[in-house]
Amino acid sequence: MYPSRFRYEAPTSLEEAIALLQQGAGEAKILAGGQSLIPLLKLRFAAPELLVDINGLPGLDHLVADPDGTIRIGALVRHEHIERSTLITERQPTIAAAAPLVADPIVRTRGTFVGSLCHADPQGDWAACMIALDGSIVAQGPNGRRTIPAREFVTGTFENVLDPAEIAVEAVIPPPQGEAHGGYLKLERRIGDFATAAVAVAADLRDGQVSRAGIALVGVGATTIDAREAADSLVDGALGPEAIDRAADLAAEAAHPRSDHRGSASYKRHIVRTFTARILTQLDRSTQKAA
Amino acid sequence: MSSLFNEVTSTRSDDVPVRRVTITVNGETHTADIEPRLLLAHLLRQGLKLTGTHTGCDTTNCGACTVLFDGRPVKSCTMLAVQADGHEVTTVEGLNTPSGLHPIQEGFKDEHGLQCGFCTPGMMMAAKALLDENPAPSEEDVRWALAGNLCRCTGYQNIVKAVLWAAERMDDTEAEEAS
Repeated sequence: MYPSRFRYEAPTSLEEAIALLQQGAGEAKILAGGQSLIPLLKLRFAAPELLVDINGLPGLDHLVADPDGTIRIGALVRHEHIERSTLITERQPTIAAAAPLVADPIVRTRGTFVGSLCHADPQGDWAACMIALDGSIVAQGPNGRRTIPAREFVTGTFENVLDPAEIAVEAVIPPPQGEAHGGYLKLERRIGDFATAAVAVAADLRDGQVSRAGIALVGVGATTIDAREAADSLVDGALGPEAIDRAADLAAEAAHPRSDHRGSASYKRHIVRTFTARILTQLDRSTQKAA
Repeated sequence: MSSLFNEVTSTRSDDVPVRRVTITVNGETHTADIEPRLLLAHLLRQGLKLTGTHTGCDTTNCGACTVLFDGRPVKSCTMLAVQADGHEVTTVEGLNTPSGLHPIQEGFKDEHGLQCGFCTPGMMMAAKALLDENPAPSEEDVRWALAGNLCRCTGYQNIVKAVLWAAERMDDTEAEEAS
């Protein structure tokens, strides 16, 4: 399969890339890892006039923590880089849990974290993590930079809020309010398949109490679902069987699954409930052990 | 000639965007004028006649087209050839050593790691990427590393054995060289 014909540019500065996107006037696409875009081009679901390859841009491959604990992930950080990062394994359990479950190991060598967020696939793993973590996306355009909360970034299936001439330059995870805990569980029929359902959980703990929580659901709606009520039910309390059950019920209620070849709606809802409870229970046990 | 590679090198016209790229494949440097939409897999197969790289699913699922790109495995059907400009690509044809088959190739032969052989080049390149980083993988390491490559014949058992066989053989060779 060949993509339809396009013009290809590989700018060497962000300014040049933005200028090209402006010229493209909505008919341009950004190429980062390409692991979703290139299949779409080949299937002719996308037929941009111009492809702006940002792989040569300097200063976008950073995966760093600021002194205050904020984690910044540049637009060219590949999934594999995150999977192997000690910074992530030591500090960010939700991201660390999801990293080895994204796509398959070969796709992970090319695909990017930020690109996955921009692609806005309701099956995307990273969008759920970012929502659970209260993360945000920094975009740069002709009029400068702006920061968009992950929760507001996606407007629909494969749709985000970026203007045609804006580039998402980094993803930002705010510092935890206390100690960062969390997890990610995904059910897939086989590695590389779309998730039947997946759940991202982030819970910051301070003195045995949940100071902040986020729960987001994958594959059970037209976009990633922010299970806000479920997460809020945990805040200012200690984890425990009752709190966990309540949160898991609320998470399952927040899901809007559809029956398909991956499972019935009620089955997927059940998975959401089970995964939410499982992550929280494990988290509760591990913190009790540590205490 | 039906390939896009030849088409664009032989009949250039102004409305067809063409880029000049220089790509090192299996240690040999090639310069070509290509259309940006040409996929790396097609450049290798049709342009350079390196047909060891197979295109299976064409949708980033099967991994038959896996090659090494600057030493890391990529699915060459999901990369534009133009993106390889200035980079190094290793295909299954580049696995051969001066003394013959690579231990990974020998392992697939010895352990019957293939039946139809379609997935084999991709399996071997994914295995190469693994063993380059982890010369003594566990069975589980091998299974995880090959998770992006599909085989419809073998049930994977012998493929995993083949990679473990190669790891052991490469370890022996290194030990011999060291002594």
